[in-house]
Amino acid sequence: MPNKIAVIGDKDSVLAFKAVGVEVFDAATAEQAQHLVKKLSQERYAVVFIAEDLAELIPETLSKAKLQTYPAVVPIPTGRTPSGFGMQGIKSDVEKAIGVDVIFNKEDKQ
Amino acid sequence: MAVMNVNPTRMEMKRLQARLRTATRGHKLLKDKTDEMIRRFITLAEENKRLREQTEQELCSALSAFAEARATTDARVTEEAILMPARTVSLACSRKKVMGVDVPAMEVSDSGGELYPYSFLTVTAKLDDSLRGLNAVLLKLVELAETEKTCNMLAEEIEKNKRRVNALENIMIPQLTETIRYIKMKLDESERAATVRLMKVKDIINK
Repeated sequence: MPNKIAVIGDKDSVLAFKAVGVEVFDAATAEQAQHLVKKLSQERYAVVFIAEDLAELIPETLSKAKLQTYPAVVPIPTGRTPSGFGMQGIKSDVEKAIGVDVIFNKEDKQ
Repeated sequence: MAVMNVNPTRMEMKRLQARLRTATRGHKLLKDKTDEMIRRFITLAEENKRLREQTEQELCSALSAFAEARATTDARVTEEAILMPARTVSLACSRKKVMGVDVPAMEVSDSGGELYPYSFLTVTAKLDDSLRGLNAVLLKLVELAETEKTCNMLAEEIEKNKRRVNALENIMIPQLTETIRYIKMKLDESERAATVRLMKVKDIINK
């Protein structure tokens, strides 16, 4: 069973994760990120966090990763404010499963 | 709906009727499964959204504290300070089944080493804040990863299941019903033909 956690992102924003014991992988371009996600999927990683701005560039790789149980590839915000890409992911899941977005629409009406 | 290419015999009709029964039963079961999956999915998706909102906020504040720490001291000093972390995080992972889908179950266990693996002399207190925040948010992040993955996989499964239900409902079942009707009509027709023929023969004999 996989048991490791990794973070992919540009060095400056994800370096902090190193201190708390997470493995940090540096990627600046979409190709590098894509390559890393593929490589880490084959190793013993259970969770791969990926910086939102990089995740946005490689949607195909991410949707392929969704089909396997491990690893869970999760976009995380690395800037000062979340870009909303992660929320977009939840939204598209809901739309895929139910057809309409019941969760975010409900909030709007309240 | 097109009639299947079969011989209009009683045996064929029996076979098709059995298939129709199975298909109807399967359709009902799959539909129930979809309903239950959607019910669970909605709870999970709400949980997912709540977790994400929370962690995104906390993570952003921890990371921006880190950026500030890096900006206020020499970048190399900060980097050196955290270059050799004293703790490692590992996960105890297993799989669990949610409605027949293999989803991950994770439990965080950290080695419990010193959180601040550096001398306090050279770095700012901002770095301490940032690391404390990050360490706290990491547990939630793993929880988020678990929930989000479960949501992803359930959504995928629900979509697949819907496709199956639709295929049964709109193609398989109408096709079978139509074919059975066709065979029945053919058989009735030949029965009538036989009766008429018998009557004709009787007429000829009586003459």
